[in-house]
Order: sequence, then structure tokens, then C-alpha cells
Amino acid sequence: MSTAVSSAAAPAKTVVPGPTGPRRGRHSLLRWLFVLPALVYMTLFFGYPLVRNIVMSFQEYTPRTYFTGEAPFNGLDNWRAVLSNELFADSLWHTAVFTVGSLAGQFTIGLALAVFFSRRFRLSGVIRAVLLLPWLVPMVVSAVVWRRVLDQDHGILNSALQTIGPADGGVPWLSSPSVALLSAILVNIWIGIPFNMVILYGGLQEIPRQLYEAASLDGASPWRAFRSVTLPLLRPVVTVVLVLGFMSTVKILDLILALTSGGPADSTQTLGTVTYQLSFLQLDFGQGAVVGNVLILISAVFAVLYLRANRADFGTGK
Amino acid sequence: MKRFSSLRGAWNTTAALLILVFLLFPVYWMVNTALQPETSITATEWFPTSVSLSNFDAAISSQGKSLLTSLVVALGAVVVCLALAAPAAYGLAQFGLRGGRSIVFTTLITQMVPGIVIANALYSAYAELGLVNSYLGLILADASLGLPFSIVLLRAFMVSVPGEVIEAALVDGANRFTAFVRIVLPMSRNALITAGLFTFLFAWSDFMFALTLNTTDDVKPITLGIYQFVGAHVSDWGAVMATAVLSAVPAAILLVLAQKYIAAGISGGSIK
Repeated sequence: MSTAVSSAAAPAKTVVPGPTGPRRGRHSLLRWLFVLPALVYMTLFFGYPLVRNIVMSFQEYTPRTYFTGEAPFNGLDNWRAVLSNELFADSLWHTAVFTVGSLAGQFTIGLALAVFFSRRFRLSGVIRAVLLLPWLVPMVVSAVVWRRVLDQDHGILNSALQTIGPADGGVPWLSSPSVALLSAILVNIWIGIPFNMVILYGGLQEIPRQLYEAASLDGASPWRAFRSVTLPLLRPVVTVVLVLGFMSTVKILDLILALTSGGPADSTQTLGTVTYQLSFLQLDFGQGAVVGNVLILISAVFAVLYLRANRADFGTGK
Repeated sequence: MKRFSSLRGAWNTTAALLILVFLLFPVYWMVNTALQPETSITATEWFPTSVSLSNFDAAISSQGKSLLTSLVVALGAVVVCLALAAPAAYGLAQFGLRGGRSIVFTTLITQMVPGIVIANALYSAYAELGLVNSYLGLILADASLGLPFSIVLLRAFMVSVPGEVIEAALVDGANRFTAFVRIVLPMSRNALITAGLFTFLFAWSDFMFALTLNTTDDVKPITLGIYQFVGAHVSDWGAVMATAVLSAVPAAILLVLAQKYIAAGISGGSIK
């Protein structure tokens, strides 16, 4: 996995010394032309939105703004409005529960499957590949399918439950405010399992087999070997999986909109859906930008963690 | 002893198949519902005993245009993304540019920017530039979904392109650009395919930009199509599921035809 890439990186770096002397100036200018288009693009599509969102959070947008072009600055009004909005506090809490619940489920099941598939039996490769399907299907599409599966009256899940258990009208998976968030978490766990499994499986393959042989010679039980050999050596991969999972989960929008639209009774509103609702439904882009900035702030903290986890790889690069 | 291990292998395979059936049940259910006529009135049967393609007729007649839109937008995003990422990755991998390392850092960080934040600001800019409801606007936005990933992946590959090969071409009179096109790109074929496949999948799956950067039905990809379809025709689940099946087709095709690229992309792109 990563070792193949980063160990190849080290020697190649030393092979290509840049030209020295007076020629360097013109040459390095020409060389920058390779990188420049991508830099311009990233400035426009990542840098500009970040800055613009901060500015927008101090501006007053109304539905009329796009006709008049006027969005006067209004100080901290947007921030006050959002921070005193109960929906914001609720969505913050929902996002936290959703993220922690999803990651815990995805990671635990993904790891269990990765360990299981490391046994290498007949068809294991094929089955592992097919298990990726839920992750490759557009998230909106998965959510739509689940909406049907979880339907209280016509959904297959309740039909199945009723044939084996007492018929009590079925579980209101998506129609009860106290259950809907849990249902959304379950669906998101289902979507995330393949990704966790594949990366953790790759990490497991890099652990030298001799370590397990040595552990079993020393009389370690499989569980003991898992705790003392597998987990410590898998740690870098675990960090990456969890941080990447966090990044994609904390900003969740597609899944919730298609599954519950944030309802019932706002019980599944997250920071992502609230940003969308404020900006694109209420056309208050200023308040939407405030929630967006909170989302960025949370992501930034974890971006630092991610970069720390990646620092080893950058040690070899220039 | 041998018999014992083959027995255990059979148990493992059986367990794996059960896991597969359990985890892929929703996918099965999608196909099953799509193949049954009149699923809305009664409960759906467990197996499609009387297969009917009428749902697919309905799906194609109402969502066919959206499928085509998705294809155009996703292919456009792949072209834009690779055209930007390949030279940048090469420059960052081989030229030892001053500040190159911070650029790679920044590229990694851009992957963390939530899409809704980008959409929030981009909508205003697009409104001013007249890019709302345009193919170009959506293609450019969707390219952002694959660009950081592609740069990181291609750079990781291109650092291992031997410098001597390029130097030899330069000695033979090629300039940096022709050396890049004639030598580096063909050598990076596999990495380019992986980056292109993932960008295609990201763009095909995009819902956020489709939802936020379009106010009319002029440019409506399939993700937005199915979302609105469910809202409007919630009773016609057969047709909705047929649409879902059609929109999952690229993923299924790639899974069969491009397995090794997908495995390479998931591990390579996420770790670096």
C-alpha cells in the first residue's frame, strides 16, 4: 500500500537534481507552468470559497439580493442569529451523534471483516471485491433504496420483522423523531463498511506473518496476538481511516436529504443540512455561511490530525 | 490435517457468502423491486417471479435525459481534472520546485473542505458569472471532487518515473513538454486510469453541486433526477428503483472491469 509508494519516492528524488547556475531562473519559470493551471484552479475552487464564506458570514443576504446585487455588511448579526437558533444547537448535537455512531459502527464491522477476509479462503478475493458495491453506488441512490426498505408500512424490513416477531404495526424507522437519527446512522454505517474494510485489509497485509508465528510460538492466543501485534502495527492505518471517515461524515448532506430531508420534526438535521437549508431554501446565504464556517472549523481541527498522521510520508519528499 | 483445513476453508467461504447476502441485500432489493410490475399497490415479493421491464421503460422515459446529462458532466469533469492534475503532479514529483512541498500539503487540506461550503460561495460567484444552470459550471465544480485526489495519486506515481529516461529524451532534443506527453504520460497510464475512474465516480455520484448550482431543469444529473423523482412520484417505487438500478450501472461496470484500479485508488489515494 503506502510503503510501496513512499519507498519508491525516496530514491527517485535524489536522481533528478535541478539545474544550477544562471539557467535556473528561466527554467524554473517554465517548470512552474506545469503546476500553475492546477494552482489557479485550486485557488478559485477551494481558496476563494473559504475566504468568501468568511466575508459572507458578515453580510446580509435576502431573497432580493440576487436581483439587486446588494448584500450590505451587518456586523455580527448572522452569527448572533445562528448561535441563538435552537436548530443550530440541535444540529450540532445530531452531527456529533451521527458522526460518532457512524464511525464506531463502520470501523468495528470494517475491521472485523478485514480480519476475517485475511484468512484467504476460496472466493475470498471475489467476495471482498463485490462487497465494495455499496460504497461505489451514488449515496443519494443508496439513501433512496433504504427509504423504501425502511418504509413503515411497505418496507421489507418491517415485513421481515413482523414474520418473526409480534406484529405491532412495525418500527417507524424514518417517521418517528426518536428513531430517525438512529436509522440514518445505520444506513451510513452500511455505506461506510466497504471503505473501512478495504483500507484496513490493506494495512493488515503489511504486517509480517513471522510476527504472528512468533506470537503463537510464545503461546499467545489469537485474541492476545490481535491486541499485541495487529492493533499496534495497524495504528497508522487506523488513524487515517478514522480521520478520513470523520471528514466525510461530519459534512453529511446527500444521505440525510434523500432519506429524511432532515425530518421528522428536524430530528435528523445536521450542520450540512442546516447550511443547505439556510442558504439555498431560505436564501439567507449569510447565516448559511456562518454554519459553514463552523463546519470548516471542526474539519480544520481534524485536518491537523490527518496531516500529523501523514507526516511520515512527507519526510521523504521535498 | 489437509481435510481439516479444506473443511475450515469451506466454512469460511460459507460465512463470507452469508455476509455478502446480508450486506448486499439492499442492492438486491433495489433490483428485485425494479423488476416487479405494480409494486406500489401490494407489498413487494421476495423474488421477481414475474419479471417485467415496464419499470425500466418508465425510468428511461422520465430520467433518460438525466442519465445522459450525468454522463456528459462526469466525462467533462474527468477531462478537466486530468488536464490540470497530470502536469501539476509531474511538476511536483520531478522538478523539485521551491514551495512544492507546501503545495502538496495544501492539496491534501483542500480535500477536507466541506462541499456545501464551496457550494455556498460558488453559487454567488456563478450567479455573477452566469454559470448557474450551465454544463460548464457543473463540470468545473465537479472536477474539484477529483482534483486533490488525482494530484496526490499521480504525484505518488510520477516520483518513481526514472529521471534518466526524461533526461535522455531532453538530450535527444525534446523539450520538457513533449517529454512529458510522449514519455511520462504513457508510463503513468495505470495511475491516470485510476485517477480518471475515481473522478468519474465522484462526479457521477455528485449531488451537492447538482442540487445547489442548478435552479432549473436544464442541467439535471441523475442524482438530482432521482431525488426529485422520489419527491414527486413516491407511489411509483418500481420506476424509482429502476432509475436507481440504472444510476448504479457505472459502479457495477467499474467493479467488474476495473477492479485492480479501484483497489489501487482506495489504498493509494487515502493513505497519501
